Amino acid sequence: MSAISTSDTEPRAQVRPKTIHPLWVRVTHWINAVAIVLMMLSGWQIYNASPLFPFTFSPSITIGGWLAGALLWHFAAMWLFVINGLVYVVLGILTGRFRRKLFPISPRAVISDAVAALSFRLTHDDLSVYNAVQKLLYLGVIFAGFVVALSGLAIWKPVQLQTLTAIFGGYDTARYVHFFAMTSIAAFLLIHVSLALLVPKSLRAMIAGR
Amino acid sequence: MRRFRKLIRGVDAKLLIKDAGKVMPDPARRAFLRGAASLGALTMLTGCDIVDSVSAENVLRKISEFNDGAQAWLFDPNQLAPTYPESAITKPFPFNAYYPLEDAPEVDGKDFKLEIGGLVDNKKLWTLEELYALPQEKQITRHICVEGWSAIGSWTGVRLSEFLRRVGADTKAKYVWFQCAEGYSNTIDMATALHPQTQLTFKFGDEILPRAYGFPMKCRIPTKLGFKNPKYIVAMHVTNKDLGGYWENQGYNWFSGL
Repeated sequence: MSAISTSDTEPRAQVRPKTIHPLWVRVTHWINAVAIVLMMLSGWQIYNASPLFPFTFSPSITIGGWLAGALLWHFAAMWLFVINGLVYVVLGILTGRFRRKLFPISPRAVISDAVAALSFRLTHDDLSVYNAVQKLLYLGVIFAGFVVALSGLAIWKPVQLQTLTAIFGGYDTARYVHFFAMTSIAAFLLIHVSLALLVPKSLRAMIAGR
Repeated sequence: MRRFRKLIRGVDAKLLIKDAGKVMPDPARRAFLRGAASLGALTMLTGCDIVDSVSAENVLRKISEFNDGAQAWLFDPNQLAPTYPESAITKPFPFNAYYPLEDAPEVDGKDFKLEIGGLVDNKKLWTLEELYALPQEKQITRHICVEGWSAIGSWTGVRLSEFLRRVGADTKAKYVWFQCAEGYSNTIDMATALHPQTQLTFKFGDEILPRAYGFPMKCRIPTKLGFKNPKYIVAMHVTNKDLGGYWENQGYNWFSGL
């Protein structure tokens, strides 16, 4: 990605630091951050009412206080998550940001960038250009977002949306899909937040835009 | 929404008292959002406690009411819940209530009379013998609990829509309210009451409904979560007033459709 093509909306990019994240990206990012945290922490409390695995989440990291409260949070935050997520995806496609930032992506590039990252040879000189590992993670988490929302709908409405529920393997299986989609988002968050803290200017870019 | 439960035939007074204890404001339960106030991540992000718990509770309840409307809109009166073969029935089918099985109501079938009230033409009491004589059908459907687990069961009984027709119910009314022997209650929307799979159930697995599953009768609603399927029913009212329900009044979503 050349500096010229990223500066087409910013004629004086040569003299001013260029905008890395436009306002709509920053707004939807932080709304999503709040929505995801609310969904996850209330979801853990809901999980605890009928655990899928031999463990439960500590009440200290859940919200809602009890099942009813957690469900109220979950089914309130879902609107925030879904509507904000749709706005983000639609704008990402219409503005061409996804095409410019997340593509092209090839397995070869992912592997070589992953090796470089693990041997600390991957640089972050230009925050506006994503390396192949970043592209894969961002595409992956967008995909996980779709899966978590759709499997959630399948669990919530297994009669009205029974075709969707069947696609996820039925009600009981859809609960596992929902759980693993959550887990992959949590794993992403762990990496994402750690790296943002390791490269503070990336956090500044997501707040101030540049 | 809140109402005093009158003592009616078949209501177990002992359980009613226990039940009343549950409805009393319990600080831990009433402040069910307290967990949010100490929520570290959000507190860090915003630099302050995100919730004054009373106002957050009100906002969440308003959104829950909005979700009632969204679910009523999504509800298709002709969409049938999936049905399963006999081999899919969960054995043993779980007993689930807010009390242990030994505290479940014991209703005497011989003395039992179902009370019908509200917007109906005929308020005569129904004996079990009369109820058993109604045309019945069987369904094998999935019971889904608000806790997340599910189980497949076999229920036989009369369509609630058929029963409502026979008592001359005003099906333009908004709600049907059920009173149960232990003091439990539910209010359901009329559209769901008239759904072809909504059933006044007399049998489980081809046997007379055992005490564990709601003798003498339950209302099987495969389009709603389990707690919206009342057991031990002793009275039914057709009404335009939302009379709430045991769990709904404590914060569980009112519509709770599937």
